[in-house]
Amino acid sequence: MTAIIQASNLTKIFGKSTAVDHISFEVQQGEIFGFLGPNGAGKTTTTRMLTGVIPPDEGTATILGHDIRSEPVLAKQGFGVVPETSNAYTDLSAWQNLMLMGELYGLPHARAEQRSSELLGMVGLLERKDQKVQAYSKGMKQRLILAMALIHEPELLFLDEPTSGLDVQSTQMILALLRELNDKGTTIFLTTHNMEEANRLCHRVGIILAGKMVAIDAPEKLKVAIDRVHKIEVSFNREVPADALAGLAGVTSADRTGDKWQITAENRDGVIRSLVEFSRQQGATIVTLNTLAPSLDEAFLRLTKGAKP
Amino acid sequence: MNPAGLSEQIRRSWAIAKKDIRIYYIKGPVLIFGVFMPLFMFLAFLMGTREVPLSFLISGLVGMTLFFTATAVSPAIFPWEGSAKTLERLASCPVTVEAIVFGDMIASTLFGIGITIITVIIGLVLGLSLLHGITLLFAIFLAACCFSAIGMLLAVPPTNVPSNIMMLSSLIKFPLVFISGIFVPLEQMPAWGLVLSYISPLTYFTDLVRYSFTDIHFFPVWADIAALAVFTLVFTIGTMYLHKRTMPQRM
Repeated sequence: MTAIIQASNLTKIFGKSTAVDHISFEVQQGEIFGFLGPNGAGKTTTTRMLTGVIPPDEGTATILGHDIRSEPVLAKQGFGVVPETSNAYTDLSAWQNLMLMGELYGLPHARAEQRSSELLGMVGLLERKDQKVQAYSKGMKQRLILAMALIHEPELLFLDEPTSGLDVQSTQMILALLRELNDKGTTIFLTTHNMEEANRLCHRVGIILAGKMVAIDAPEKLKVAIDRVHKIEVSFNREVPADALAGLAGVTSADRTGDKWQITAENRDGVIRSLVEFSRQQGATIVTLNTLAPSLDEAFLRLTKGAKP
Repeated sequence: MNPAGLSEQIRRSWAIAKKDIRIYYIKGPVLIFGVFMPLFMFLAFLMGTREVPLSFLISGLVGMTLFFTATAVSPAIFPWEGSAKTLERLASCPVTVEAIVFGDMIASTLFGIGITIITVIIGLVLGLSLLHGITLLFAIFLAACCFSAIGMLLAVPPTNVPSNIMMLSSLIKFPLVFISGIFVPLEQMPAWGLVLSYISPLTYFTDLVRYSFTDIHFFPVWADIAALAVFTLVFTIGTMYLHKRTMPQRM
């Protein structure tokens, strides 16, 4: 695996406040990396440092093999940015905005025209390509911004809250596009507040709190890691003795809820094996077996406990 | 293609210049301001100082037109784009700060030249004869570059409130007009006024325009051109250096 983003001790200080405090992480090629954190945690500041918009006060960031401070143009040539606030030129049409981006990324005119047509078709704006952006809805502007970020077919895409405040249609379209891009090999760095989005989309997530990285892992591992005691919900096709179930190796407690049993255990894998063996011994069949991992929301809240929004 | 190479960055500057012209310059109010403001100032002085010949005043009119048009919009572009977040878009693109500043300067230079040519045509229509056309064209080009750099220098303070910059801009631009031999010939200026006029690039441009229309000049022509070239170089390097330092504070 090749590291596309390498952040080392990145730090940003505004006055007396340390917005980002010596954070280090890597994003691998082909990954969708979710960057989560409460408001004011330092997500946007980190993204701005990585994209070369503001310089770090300490530390380094290497993007696509180029140091963002010493080789900013070469680094920027390889990535696209979808910022938090839509920043297309509202006095220009969608077409003019895309052609401007094509020129700024050094695309030949014919290629820029071809890409602009493809991208506008992809985001559903081709019919309104000559209309000034000021007449666009928020969802349309966000789709245009995504198209602008993709004009040069970047290897890496930075997105800062790309679906924040959008209607369901635009949100689904953008998420589907991100999946499609990732399938084709684009690495994605996604800053988001939306846990469900991060859970469904990201291979790994990093959680930043008060400028410090508090966790980096795959969403599923992160969810599991925050709880030492795991919950398993199981139901059988016939009655089983409660004391025998509670006495199984590794089971901490077994509580009946309706026709199901809720079991707590420290070793999930071991208990599942015991339950299978138990059902065989009891001549019962397992009807349902669910592992109740905490949601990413819960993991996030647990990890960012005490942080003020 | 080397995206960081000079030729590629100049190409991208041109893209920024085209964007500026579309968004900020080809607007009715901007074009009208560019033509009418110097014209009305000129008419006011024409009526107030009847002993000064038209051939003298035309040099002032051309000087003011170029100075005001080349510095009219450029100081406000960075604050406008900073508040609209489009500057952040440019900052995340593979263009250097120098290329962004240069693009803004190109747009401002072209706008200044275009409007000033109209003023020159007005002068010719009023019956004045152009004695040194090539010198005038070269002077207009050089001064347009110089004044564009001044316009970008005025935008250096990292504020995203255009009115703050426009106020600062007026505070600097208007006094310059009065010390540059536009309304009072350099020959008639008091010694202190003459010393002040040396620090204004507008002085040398006005002198070149007067030479072009009347064959009269205060400084040698080569000195006017050299002074304008030095001012242009210093202001261009200065504005690029300073914008590079203040750009992150706008984000």
